[in-house]
Amino acid sequence: MWEIIGLSARVSGIALVISAVLGVPLGAFLGLVHFRGQRLAYALIYTGMGLPPVVVGLSVYILLSNNGILGPLHISWIPRLFTVPAMIIAQVIIATPLVVGYTMSAVAEVDPSLRTQVKALGATDFQITLAVLREARMGVLVALVGGLGSIISEVGSVMMVGGNIQHSTRVLTTAIMLETRQGKYDMAIGLGMVLLMLSFGINLSITLLQRKTSKP
Amino acid sequence: MTVIYELRHVRKAYGQRWALNLDEGLDIYAGEVLAIVGPSGAGKSTLLRMLNFLEYPDSGSISFEGHSMTESDSPLPLRRKVTTVFQHPALLSTSVYQNILYGLQLRGKTDGKAAIQPLLQRLGLADLANAQARTLSGGEAQRVALARALVLQPDVLLMDEPTANLDPYNALLIEEVIREINRERRTTIVLVTHNIFQARRLAHRVGLILNGSFVEIDNNPAFFESPRDARTRAFVNGEMVY
Repeated sequence: MWEIIGLSARVSGIALVISAVLGVPLGAFLGLVHFRGQRLAYALIYTGMGLPPVVVGLSVYILLSNNGILGPLHISWIPRLFTVPAMIIAQVIIATPLVVGYTMSAVAEVDPSLRTQVKALGATDFQITLAVLREARMGVLVALVGGLGSIISEVGSVMMVGGNIQHSTRVLTTAIMLETRQGKYDMAIGLGMVLLMLSFGINLSITLLQRKTSKP
Repeated sequence: MTVIYELRHVRKAYGQRWALNLDEGLDIYAGEVLAIVGPSGAGKSTLLRMLNFLEYPDSGSISFEGHSMTESDSPLPLRRKVTTVFQHPALLSTSVYQNILYGLQLRGKTDGKAAIQPLLQRLGLADLANAQARTLSGGEAQRVALARALVLQPDVLLMDEPTANLDPYNALLIEEVIREINRERRTTIVLVTHNIFQARRLAHRVGLILNGSFVEIDNNPAFFESPRDARTRAFVNGEMVY
């Protein structure tokens, strides 16, 4: 059981870090900079925020499968199907649009005059971006916690690209499915409780962070 | 007197409307307090943004300390010699002390920290140093905004209606500090205000701006006592409806 919990935390944790590295700067850019095609970018991000995990799983499957797009190339750094890196890729694809979208909203909500005033104090563009992100830090944290919540509890993509292999790619959600199918309800319920507590903890964090943000 | 800013034929439009149209030119002298008065939308704030190098003119030239500014130049070195106190201060969500320190941190100047405590004292903020900026009243926030500008020891301090929303106590305190720093450091101050009494109390020269152009700039008190232009007379006498 601990192995399963540990792997779940590792896969989702690494996926979240990668999503944060990609998503926070991109979200800040989209929230701060006006450019041609911005509405299209917003539409793409909002679509990405609602991506069905099973569709993501299917896409990554087709991409990495031996009969797929990248699989036949046999490039060493491209992960193979039914491995932890393949599961991480799928979760990054699910979490990144959420991190981008929430970060974008958080940054856009920062008082625009703050940017002008920080600029008037002699900030460079990079320093202005950092100041805005700092002001939006609670929103950015909510983005990260929301991203984590979305991937730790999803089953569709990790089942498709991970394969639920014992001691290799079995995580909480896929283990619950397997135990239920095998009629081992006590184990399934136990794992379900762990997942529920994790999910509750994440949602409680979001609520507390949002409360903290909205305080005068 | 040394000219610190030379503006020549500066024009700026937003859409179809001229926000600024200074064909007659404008010189600002080092160490003076220049008050700019005029109705809302006359171009006062646009002018301040250009003086802080936050915006470029569509045409014309701005020269600062003898250096002519072009759009290809990085505005940062000049921008760091000037700073603005805005009508509505936007402070960072941190303590008063950290807000004042922020501008120094941007410049990597940790040696300026010693100046913070005296400034807090001077502006009546000593007891609020550790208070969170979001808990401050409007007057306190404006004093913090002034402190964070002054700690940078700018050559030029631009002030956009700094006391417009303040009670008399805070307004007088800020006016007193403006007077002191101009006297002690010879900081050039450009003050945009609707309050002609404040302009009269603080300024060495006063200019009236209407529709993006200066109608008249003259020394204080000549601007008030013997205005040359009928529109200035109407403005000074409170007869201009806007």
